[in-house]
Amino acid sequence: MNFLRGLAVLLVLQAIGEALAHALALPLPGPVIGMILLIPALQVPRLREPVKAAAEALLGHLSLLFIPIGVGVITHLDMISRYGIRLLVVIVISTWIGMAVTALLLKFLLNRARSEESLGE
Amino acid sequence: MNDFVQLWVYLASTPLFGLTATLVVYVSASAVYERLGRAPWANPVLWSVVTLGVLLWVTHTAYPLYFAGAQFIHVLLGPAVVALAWPLWLRRAQLRQRGVALTLAALVGGASTAGASVALGWALGLPGEVVRSLAPKSVTSPVAMGIAERIGGLPALAAVFAILTGIVGALSAKYLFDFLRIDSLAVRGFALGTSSHGIGAARALQVDAEAGAHAGIALGLQVLLASLLLPVAFLLL
Repeated sequence: MNFLRGLAVLLVLQAIGEALAHALALPLPGPVIGMILLIPALQVPRLREPVKAAAEALLGHLSLLFIPIGVGVITHLDMISRYGIRLLVVIVISTWIGMAVTALLLKFLLNRARSEESLGE
Repeated sequence: MNDFVQLWVYLASTPLFGLTATLVVYVSASAVYERLGRAPWANPVLWSVVTLGVLLWVTHTAYPLYFAGAQFIHVLLGPAVVALAWPLWLRRAQLRQRGVALTLAALVGGASTAGASVALGWALGLPGEVVRSLAPKSVTSPVAMGIAERIGGLPALAAVFAILTGIVGALSAKYLFDFLRIDSLAVRGFALGTSSHGIGAARALQVDAEAGAHAGIALGLQVLLASLLLPVAFLLL
């Protein structure tokens, strides 16, 4: 029951997000606005257990949710066969750059914060 | 034989087919992934997509017919994006403490991967709308589709690029982080979530809870930053 209650909360927030995005021509997609709204909404203790149940179920099987669009690759096989190697190069290299830059920068920032902390003590 | 063909044609034309095929293939791919000790190359998203793609091709089933059933799974991506607030809420103390470092890393990391994909795509002579579809590929696919539409890319192609990016990240992250000597599971998870969104986060969650939570934070931050900043960046280009 908690799962269904939580799912209802998530869907209502997504719907509010979609409505706000549409009405105010916001640059954010509806579900993202719903996500922003859920953070203050969780101040209400009654919402926490249901949201926890629904969030854990949905996020625990997140990979499954990507498969229907992923299979859509087959509708773009012509484009992929034409630019395949170049697309692969772009995707692989830019993904590695993103991971490396994020990891090295965050490691540096956290280490610096830690050494400042220990200096202060 | 003829009866069988007729039965198949009937079954394949109902929404039941797409939904059942997706679940059965995914559950099987996940079981194989577990059996192989969660090796990165055995990624269940990759092999489910390949298996279903081959299945549709062999049975001459059109994608829209498959999607008529699979959409019931696809629809859940919306509430799943909303649900990303839950891991953020759970880690709110940590977020408050590390918020500046995490936001800065998400901003610079996200900009570098989007910038690299646009620059490389342009340098390799890919068409403009393909390059624009590549830009949001580090954002979870439902959001990447929305961003691509806004900046003049093709939503369906952007979704495919996002999925491929997720798979590339999930497959290679372990080796890249080992090579760069990144030991902290929090940092590894965060970097994987920043570049490879939900598929990376799913991989991180399977490896370690701390890594998974940070991947979730990264995924949420990337959704926010990219939705706000990518359209602005393309206006300035």
